[in-house]
Amino acid sequence: MQRLRGAPPRYWLVVLAVIFLLGLPTVIDSFQTSEWAQALILAIAIMGLNILVGYSGQLSLGHGAFMALGAYISAILAHRYKVDYLLTIPVAALATGLVGFALGVPALRLSALYLALATFALAVVAPSVIKRPEDLTGGVQGILIRQPDPPPFASDAFSALTGTAMTTDQWIYYVSLACAIVLFWLAWNLVRHRPGRALRAIRDGEVAAAAFGVNVAGYKTLAFGISAFYAGAAGSLFGLAVGYISPDTFPVSLSIQLLVGAVIGGLASVPGPLLGAIVAYFLPIYASQWVPSQTWIPDQISSTVKNAGPAVSYGVLLILIMIFAPNGIVGLTTRGYDALSRRLRGAPDREAGHLPPDRQTV
Amino acid sequence: MQEFAQQVVSGIAIGGIFASLALALVLIYNAMGLVNFAQGEMAMLATFLAFALINRGMSYWIAFPLTLVLAFAGGIAIQRIVIKPVERAPVLTLVIVTLGLATLVNGIAGFIFGYVPRSFPSPFPPASLDIFGVFISWRDLGVIGVSGIVLLGVYLLLQRTTIGLTMRAAAHHPDASRLLGVQVSWMLALGWGLASAVGAVSGIMVAPILLLEPNMMQTIIIYAFAAAVLGGIESPLGAVIGGFVVGITVNLAGAYIPGVGGDLQLAVGFAIIIAVLVLRPNGLLGRAATRRV
Repeated sequence: MQRLRGAPPRYWLVVLAVIFLLGLPTVIDSFQTSEWAQALILAIAIMGLNILVGYSGQLSLGHGAFMALGAYISAILAHRYKVDYLLTIPVAALATGLVGFALGVPALRLSALYLALATFALAVVAPSVIKRPEDLTGGVQGILIRQPDPPPFASDAFSALTGTAMTTDQWIYYVSLACAIVLFWLAWNLVRHRPGRALRAIRDGEVAAAAFGVNVAGYKTLAFGISAFYAGAAGSLFGLAVGYISPDTFPVSLSIQLLVGAVIGGLASVPGPLLGAIVAYFLPIYASQWVPSQTWIPDQISSTVKNAGPAVSYGVLLILIMIFAPNGIVGLTTRGYDALSRRLRGAPDREAGHLPPDRQTV
Repeated sequence: MQEFAQQVVSGIAIGGIFASLALALVLIYNAMGLVNFAQGEMAMLATFLAFALINRGMSYWIAFPLTLVLAFAGGIAIQRIVIKPVERAPVLTLVIVTLGLATLVNGIAGFIFGYVPRSFPSPFPPASLDIFGVFISWRDLGVIGVSGIVLLGVYLLLQRTTIGLTMRAAAHHPDASRLLGVQVSWMLALGWGLASAVGAVSGIMVAPILLLEPNMMQTIIIYAFAAAVLGGIESPLGAVIGGFVVGITVNLAGAYIPGVGGDLQLAVGFAIIIAVLVLRPNGLLGRAATRRV
């Protein structure tokens, strides 16, 4: 009880967020549930990217390709070898993580700029490479994924609590949510402890970190592997949520979307990827729904806005955030919170000469 | 043998296009140590401008230089508005900003011109020239000629004029140049303008071969990356050589390696990038990177 009362406010925020996400499918319709499941899945992939970009300072623009790998491993296992799809998720995540770990070794030799370039090329090339082995990947047609019905224990518990039957979309949503909670918890533990400190030390000064005995090569490769693990899990879940994957499910713009989400939410923060994913996922959807509903905009314009809207809004957001708020939503919020609490306490830290350390860098 | 020679010639033609775009990348890399991910999209937008001008009835040979001037001004404007606020930021921030710029320009082009592929006129006749049994199309020759003139022009500008010298000085030793009265920030803007114009040439040259649409340069930029990396990303001459090597390699791989061809040619470009970065990260003509601690 004593510990509960002393818990910092962010613990209560976590509890609130989990309760909100648990209850959400009971108040929104099935289609929206599926959308939120995809947003959560995006959040998992963005968390992975965030570990790599935000904490270890390596830029990857190819995480869409890792998602594709995870999705295809799961789909092929489930489709050809009739493995239960849910069992394939950890397999896909681990396999993608291993591939990422292996790719992290040559990536060590590259500067941040070259790494960005190589991974961008990977994202561009991936769809056309996937198309080739048609027997395995189904070529351009892709693979249909059968979405599983909710198991008896879940649907019983759900109907006992809400009085309605559980739909497939809701089951997939809860599976995604469970994965997201576990993976976010793991990430939180990772960045708060020794590996997180080591990664940030490498990011802020590789030579200094090495001088302090941090295994630079080891941790950088590890970050790549973990990051790919998250992307693989997300890709696998994504296939499940959409019910169909093809090479065009994983275009370059997906990798950009992941980066947009990571940047909007706030790099090097744990809640950032969740917030970023929600904005990055719903912004283009609502923008493209809102514009055609406005009758004063001519049809021709609204149809182009529907196509070009996501690109324009992502581009503008990326540039504006990098210029004005490099720490994203989380950075803005903590800055506001700190300023407010300082004002409330009446403590002029700035004049006293000791500013509180920036949470995202320390 | 004749077929081989023919593949090499068309490889040189497409290589000239890669070389122009790679040169644009190198110009910006030299100015601020940054790979501009928006270079291809900027070239695409310039090509759309040329398309709009030609569609209004303007002659090709007036529209072409006019587009280059507009692209030059556009490059300067982009540097002033988008890049200058983050000039001193870490490279990660800069790369993300140029990616945002690429996405934005792509969206703007789609917004104004739509996503329907359009055919772009070529000023050169479709006929071919027969040289000892090797058929070389006038179009390939024209592309080679135009790229050659542009590359030579940039070389002369950078090496033989005062403004070129000032630009190079501002790029390599910004602090010393500032002490000598060079307006470094404007020199960087000039670099962006020049890169934008050179990139526009590649867009206008490639548009008759591919079809003009907002995603046209997405594959070309990968080949240009490969060319720039192969040549050593800070060497203009290296970028040009790299462009031709990549053009010829990709063309020959598409013709002679079974299974490669069509969109998998792009994988060859990717393989070149990876191979160079792993085996010889400084490229053919680049200097070994030194790191200041």
